[in-house]
Amino acid sequence: MSTVNRETPRPAAGRAGIKKELPDHFKDYRHVWVFIELERGQVHSVSFELLGEGRKLADKLEVQLAGVVLGPPGEAIGNAIAEAFAYGADLVYIVEAPLLADYRNEPYTKAMTDLVATHKPEILLLGATTLGRDLAGSVATTLQTGLTADCTELDVDTDGSLAATRPTFGGSLLCTIYTLNYRPQMATVRPRVMPMPQRADKPVGRVIQHKLSITEDEIVTKVLGFLPDSQSATANLAYANVVVAGGLGLGAAENLQLVKNLARALGAEYGCSRPMVQKGWMSADRQIGQTGKTIRPKLYIAAGISGAIQHRVGVEGADLIVAINADPNAPIFDFAHLGIVTDAIRFLPALTEAFTRRLSPHNRDKLAS
Amino acid sequence: MHIVICIKQVPDSAQIRVHPVTNTIMRQGVPTIINPYDLFALEEALRLRDTYGGEVTVLTMGPPMAEDALRKALGYGADRAVLLTDRYFAGSDTLATSFALSQAIAKVGETFGAADIVFTGKQTIDGDTAQVGPGIAKRLDLLQLTYVAKIASIDLAAREIKVERRSEGGTQMLQSRLPCLITMLEGTNEIRRGSIEDALCAARSNVLKWSAADAGIEDLTRCGLRGSPTVVKRVFAPAARAEKAVQIDTAEKTLRDIADEVIAAIFTRQPALEHELAFNSGA
Amino acid sequence: MIEEKFDAIVIGAGMSGNAAAYTMASQGLNVLQLERGEYPGSKNVQGAIMYANMLEEIIPDFRDDAPLERHLVEQRLWVMDDTSHTGIHYRSDDFNEAKPNRYTIIRAQFDKWFSRKAREAGATVLCETTVTELVRDAKGRVVGVRTDRAGGAIFADVVVLAEGVSGLLGTRAGLREIPKPQTVALAVKEMHFLPEEVIEQRFGLKGDEGCVIEAVGTTSRGMAGLGFLYTNKESISLGIGCLVSDFAAMMESPYVLLDALKNHPSIRPLIAGAEVKEYAAHLIPEGGYKAIPQLFGDGWVVVGDAAQLNNAVHREGSNLAMTSGRIAAEAIVKVKNRNGPMTKRNLALYKAMLDKSFVVKDLRKYKDMPALLHTNSCNFFTTYPRLMSQAAQNFMRVDGTPKIEKEKATTAAFIKARSRWGLVSDAVRLAFAWR
Ligand SMILES: Cc1cc2nc3c(=O)[nH]c(=O)nc-3n(C[C@H](O)[C@H](O)[C@H](O)COP(=O)(O)OP(=O)(O)OC[C@H]3O[C@@H](n4cnc5c(N)ncnc54)[C@H](O)[C@@H]3O)c2cc1C
Ligand SMILES: Cc1cc2nc3c(=O)[nH]c(=O)nc-3n(C[C@H](O)[C@H](O)[C@H](O)COP(=O)(O)OP(=O)(O)OC[C@H]3O[C@@H](n4cnc5c(N)ncnc54)[C@H](O)[C@@H]3O)c2cc1C
Ligand SMILES: Nc1ncnc2c1ncn2[C@@H]1O[C@H](COP(=O)(O)O)[C@@H](O)[C@H]1O
Repeated sequence: MSTVNRETPRPAAGRAGIKKELPDHFKDYRHVWVFIELERGQVHSVSFELLGEGRKLADKLEVQLAGVVLGPPGEAIGNAIAEAFAYGADLVYIVEAPLLADYRNEPYTKAMTDLVATHKPEILLLGATTLGRDLAGSVATTLQTGLTADCTELDVDTDGSLAATRPTFGGSLLCTIYTLNYRPQMATVRPRVMPMPQRADKPVGRVIQHKLSITEDEIVTKVLGFLPDSQSATANLAYANVVVAGGLGLGAAENLQLVKNLARALGAEYGCSRPMVQKGWMSADRQIGQTGKTIRPKLYIAAGISGAIQHRVGVEGADLIVAINADPNAPIFDFAHLGIVTDAIRFLPALTEAFTRRLSPHNRDKLAS
Repeated sequence: MHIVICIKQVPDSAQIRVHPVTNTIMRQGVPTIINPYDLFALEEALRLRDTYGGEVTVLTMGPPMAEDALRKALGYGADRAVLLTDRYFAGSDTLATSFALSQAIAKVGETFGAADIVFTGKQTIDGDTAQVGPGIAKRLDLLQLTYVAKIASIDLAAREIKVERRSEGGTQMLQSRLPCLITMLEGTNEIRRGSIEDALCAARSNVLKWSAADAGIEDLTRCGLRGSPTVVKRVFAPAARAEKAVQIDTAEKTLRDIADEVIAAIFTRQPALEHELAFNSGA
Repeated sequence: MIEEKFDAIVIGAGMSGNAAAYTMASQGLNVLQLERGEYPGSKNVQGAIMYANMLEEIIPDFRDDAPLERHLVEQRLWVMDDTSHTGIHYRSDDFNEAKPNRYTIIRAQFDKWFSRKAREAGATVLCETTVTELVRDAKGRVVGVRTDRAGGAIFADVVVLAEGVSGLLGTRAGLREIPKPQTVALAVKEMHFLPEEVIEQRFGLKGDEGCVIEAVGTTSRGMAGLGFLYTNKESISLGIGCLVSDFAAMMESPYVLLDALKNHPSIRPLIAGAEVKEYAAHLIPEGGYKAIPQLFGDGWVVVGDAAQLNNAVHREGSNLAMTSGRIAAEAIVKVKNRNGPMTKRNLALYKAMLDKSFVVKDLRKYKDMPALLHTNSCNFFTTYPRLMSQAAQNFMRVDGTPKIEKEKATTAAFIKARSRWGLVSDAVRLAFAWR
């Protein structure tokens, strides 16, 4: 793909009829907003990643960066506000109401669309989490505006419009999408796609309150209960520093133990390629890639994984990718940093043993001194 | 109970190739499949019909060849298939797609009885936005239940539905009302194989083909390219990484030596990591 | 329980099955066609060259909408050793005719189209349905089939076995023997995708023109085999096939041979930079005339590869498949129209008609060829290619050696390798087999 000219813009065929001029009623839409996702008292870290991106966009546009916090009254909302400022927000909009205790589409959509209608942002960013995706679709449809989902890159164009880049066709291509004549320009971004910005303790700035104009009896959907993942053994791959994963090259279900052993020796999470989930050898929450988790570890070790594009897009953010594959031509070697052409089934135990030796208490003491 | 399920025919992305010069998708020889996520929704719809009685209508918006996908859905046991196809729909983004589909669902409702549940998949593998479902819900004013992992119960008389919904960090138990729109989570079930009788019946039943006008769509400016607020300005291939992986030489070495060499190479590149691993790992 | 009884059930939606289903359905028979693949063609592998005449006899205006890749204007027949090739090329603008004679096709697309034609003609087509068993009545007559789907058997007056080379059903039902390893070749094939312009430039083609290379030589490691390269619109089909018995005896893997072919200096530049997307392996019946099994019985006929109707010498298969499918269908329609039962006696009409066609005539012509090439494979596929290459190089290279000495050296090399008697006998046997 080296011959690709990345710079040539490609006018979209047939869109010539679209007016380039922004309609008047959208001209006073200003500032960049980031939805601060607060669920069950915790701010989702994708919100911080988005504040980092939002900051850059706001600076380029010379506008303000605002956080939007929706939630029930209490300590959590105060904490979320403080964190928003710490990660770069200039101001924060809040809607504080008991109705917003658990995420439900109806009140959240209402709160968000009312805020947008009143304060008119030009850009609205949300995390592509289950909550963010549920909310973004309803908000965009209510506001009748464009939404670019699952972006991997955000930028502003010379004319000030949001250029949102996202993978398409399973990651084989990227496309840059604009929302030309509608406001706000909405985009969602997956967790771990953008780097985590630096946190800086800053005083809490301007906080703008907004009332929720919907009451409980207008809301049909009720939350009957919640079962947190901590009560089930769910993987936390997205945030692991080290991830070891196995693919079809391991041949048999029992060989996944070799991956788990190495992960245990490293204090790492383990994951897999999609076929392993399809075969029922691992649970779906451990799948890495386009239709699984995006990971951004410091070290990613892939054993017996060919490196299909759908897998690649989920791991490219890793700082160091080490691939073990029997086939010297496996596509994974095109994007891994270190490659070992060998039989993973034989090599994994040796690697586990060598790591254990290297990281033994004896060596640890030497390191500490 | 009348259930409408939206499915999309998509190119099998595992087989997609990109023209190295023009950066266009080379479709030749790329098979099309039913969006894999939609099969979970379809199976759930069929199960509900089998339990509560009623009918399942499959709906797709797409080119004429999307009929193949619908025919397949009929083979799984769906009762009726509608293909929404018209040149006015070309180039639709999620907003325009959800507009056209919601109009068609309304028309299906008028013609064959109002839908109690509309199903969509969680997302498609080509568009991959997960927005069409919520878009339809909003337009038809249906209660929106996304990422549903399980339909716990339906009380048809009370028009009440209870579901388990996957949310960030856990599972929500929700109670809501019919009519609603459900986007079904993957891995929740497995699509059935129709019996030989189902298959025969499907092979002989007709797919209804609706134009925009047939679906009762009057405002064509809300369809296709014209109805899409988003504009694709540029399509390009991901930048290839400049260098390939550095290969650790394995010839005539013991596994132990190779392993040591790999570890040395890792820590040379990521010096801080050794410290971190030594103190945090279980070793 | 399915009450309905079909006039005919066709097993398989490949070349022969589609020809049979289409022909019967368009004559008004109630036809059910069953295909195990996800769609017709999804499992089918071929080079592939499709011969227009045989399809014209079934669907005269097929060119209107059939998915055709390129029509062939050039054929190269190569004899290769490890570093070179000699051979003959034939290219003619005459092949740029209004109704070209040969096309490359991609089976996945072509079979889908062909099957759609059968459906439009009125046949009922079920995919993802594998026939597991032929149903017979008390007298042993075939009366229907059972499939891998839940539900009962399906009945018909006659069953057309168009299940392809492995012919599992036929063998399981005892209608024929399992093909012997020395009568089937295993071919492996890859699709190398390249932009249209690149293909056109590399092969000197314009528009829909196409080119074929067929190569014998040391790439098959002394086994009876053939390498092939066919140009499609946006891809090149590249493959090699050898007898199953040879692979077994030589303990060679087909993949190794294909790799060697891809890396051959004459082939490598043609596929450079391509993206390989499909790797497929498939059997080809090569037993020829002598391997043709019983073709009909009470309530059944067998067509195409399942009947071993394949001309290995000319690399023809799909045309024999289409023609046998059509003829079987025509025979069935005739029997049906005179209200005859589908008995062995009545269905003998199929064999009689087939014997008069090019299918059986061609296969009879080459009836001794398979045996010859296979017993002498080392000479034909290694020794002679090497000798020819040496001879050609000797002829081309200008190094001050007097021409007369060069000629002597070439002759001596041939005699040394095969002896005078060996050369004469190879030539005579080849001539007889070809006769
Ligand atoms: C819509 C869609 C979405 C998808 N989403 C995802 C996704 O999210 N994540 C994902 O991973 N995939 C996804 N896929 C699947 C993806 O296309 C590939 O099929 C998959 O990643 C391949 O898995 P694999 O590498 O384990 O298996 P394979 O491709 O079969 O590779 C196995 C590898 O192991 C090597 N090997 C064999 N034996 C050994 C040995 N003894 N030692 C070492 N190496 C060995 C082989 O050389 C080979 O490279 C998706 C596909 C589609 C169509
Ligand atoms: C690599 C290769 C290159 C070739 N190149 C050429 C060429 O260039 N030109 C040429 O003319 N010929 C060529 N041939 C030969 C040609 O492909 C065959 O002769 C032809 O396909 C035979 O057609 P068929 O209908 O008999 O069998 P097939 O095309 O094999 O069709 C059989 C069908 O039956 C289905 N089936 C099998 N069992 C069952 C079952 N139990 N239930 C339901 N369905 C079933 C299969 O899925 C398949 O679709 C080539 C073959 C190969 C392998
Ligand atoms: N053209 C279409 N026709 C029918 N259903 C669709 C279409 N596009 C999307 N959908 C449905 O909407 C879901 C989400 O799609 P997307 O927003 O593209 O990820 C899919 O799983 C389908 O159920």
